[in-house]
Amino acid sequence: MASSVALLDAAFSLLAAGGVVVFFLALLLILSTRVSTQSSRFDSRALRDPPLVRGLLIGLSLTFFTVFLLLPLFTVFAEAFRRGFAVYWAAISEADALSSIKLTLIAAAISLPLNLVFGVAAAWCIAKFEFRGKQFLTTLIDLPFSVSPVIAGLVFVLVFGAHQGWLGSWLQAHDLKIVFAVPGIVLATVFVTFPFIARELIPLMQSQGKEEEEAAIVLGANGWQAFWHVTLPNIKWGLLYGVILCNARAMGEFGAVSVVSGHIRGQTNTIPLHVEILYNEYNFTASFAVASLLAFLALVTLVIKTWVEWKAGQSRNLADSNAPADSDDPSCTVRVIPDAITKKGTLP
Amino acid sequence: MSMATSVRHHSVLPGFRLALGYTLLYLSLIVLIPLSAVFIKSASLNATEFWNIVTAPRVVASYKISFGLSLVAAAINAVFGLMLAWTLVRYRFPGKKLVDALVDLPFALPTAVAGIALTAIYAGNGWVGKYLEALGFKVAYTPKGILVALIFIGLPFVVRTVQPILEELDTELEEAAACLGAHRWQTFRLVILPVLLPALLTGFALAFARAVGEYGSVIFIAGNLPSVSEITPLMIITKLEQYDYAGATAIAAVMLVFSFVMLLVINLLQAWTAKRTGRNR
Repeated sequence: MASSVALLDAAFSLLAAGGVVVFFLALLLILSTRVSTQSSRFDSRALRDPPLVRGLLIGLSLTFFTVFLLLPLFTVFAEAFRRGFAVYWAAISEADALSSIKLTLIAAAISLPLNLVFGVAAAWCIAKFEFRGKQFLTTLIDLPFSVSPVIAGLVFVLVFGAHQGWLGSWLQAHDLKIVFAVPGIVLATVFVTFPFIARELIPLMQSQGKEEEEAAIVLGANGWQAFWHVTLPNIKWGLLYGVILCNARAMGEFGAVSVVSGHIRGQTNTIPLHVEILYNEYNFTASFAVASLLAFLALVTLVIKTWVEWKAGQSRNLADSNAPADSDDPSCTVRVIPDAITKKGTLP
Repeated sequence: MSMATSVRHHSVLPGFRLALGYTLLYLSLIVLIPLSAVFIKSASLNATEFWNIVTAPRVVASYKISFGLSLVAAAINAVFGLMLAWTLVRYRFPGKKLVDALVDLPFALPTAVAGIALTAIYAGNGWVGKYLEALGFKVAYTPKGILVALIFIGLPFVVRTVQPILEELDTELEEAAACLGAHRWQTFRLVILPVLLPALLTGFALAFARAVGEYGSVIFIAGNLPSVSEITPLMIITKLEQYDYAGATAIAAVMLVFSFVMLLVINLLQAWTAKRTGRNR
């Protein structure tokens, strides 16, 4: 009896995991086939590789892809559902899990708007104006990408920590706690997600130039009107792309948050930290169940990203077909979405 | 800042001072001032103390593990990333666009989740681990496990830097090479690779820089044995847990200097890529 139940559960876990992964893959497939590419350009005979080479390269690539990318994704769900749906549900609806979800949402809800405002401000001055040190400023904005997450957490301990931090004794005197408490987690999250939106917007706005905004100003619009009615519609897809990437990182950050969190269950644990605690307690099924929430988030992020690429490609094609073939008239009403967001390669 | 504003060209667009001022303020508060704490705190150590901390045998062993394995992982990613980018751009096969969309998975999947998933796969009772251990390869809880995690997180960097260059590659050169009697391999080596090289090196450098600082995906699979499978970021954590803030900060300073150098190298490589391909990125 017991063994048949175990067998049933094992079958269920594989089915459920397969179901979840297949659902998302199907969604991705439907969206991704709509993203236009120009592979027919490479059909010329001179560019064709020998069939054996082609087969070998496709085979090797797909094997590498399956082992290194697909298998880990599938494993998360298979392990999460291993002991059936009831155990899964118990793990993610338990009080500590819920409080970690709440804290993760709070950290993301604070860091996203902050970095959004910064991203737009930085892109506005870098893309629309010329000034000395612009390249250097752009490099500085990228800095958090190249700093280890552990150091990102450490710096806030050095500034706000109770015994060794610059502001430590002042904070203690006023009974304020930043490190090993929620504000520290928020700060570390803001740091690691700092460049995401700016990084998306700067090349996008640079490639769009500033003629349209200048025209709006000359016609009597004020700065905000020019931004809301001219710039924002042009950058909306890039902005959305930056926001979802920023969100994925904000909710999934582990190293930086781990350093500044006090690891107090139910109080200063985010979802990734809760996953770690459960895992270190050998509570693997619960750990993977909570981790599956983050894997869901990753899949949703990829689906939205593919959707954004499709939409951006669509507006670009529309612009191409509307543009008069023999002129590059800048007054063309439909905005050409530049390559920056329809092509990949601007990621961190 | 006043110098920056004084040399800008005249523009009818408003908001420059406000946008630049806010950018500099926010950048300083969130990034620059906190990062400077690492160097200021390190400066409170004298040179001998600093040197003794950052060259302690266990710390040096962690550099060898972190930098060595990151180099190997970046090299493996350069080979397979180039292959994957080539396959995605040049060939047609079912599910190609799905593969293309999923290449970004390591960017989207939190590192801790990747870490426990890879450990489950490569542990002795895991789906891949049990076959590898039967063959005598122990992956999880050894340096090989660290390598697997670093390959996972670095792959998209190479694919996503090489792919756009491959897509925009001028096919006429290849056709000319074919007309002149070159084999495909000769064409690839002598015509295509030189154009791709800067982008490939950029992807390699990005994957390498990311791997050296990586923490979340590695610690679950590494086993974390001192001097065997202990990475440098974990050394910082270990020192912090022992309340050795000076020690943690000194090691962090070494890693930060490395990050700055890599940032410079990556910038130079990107400028080279732009020059070589005529792209303005």
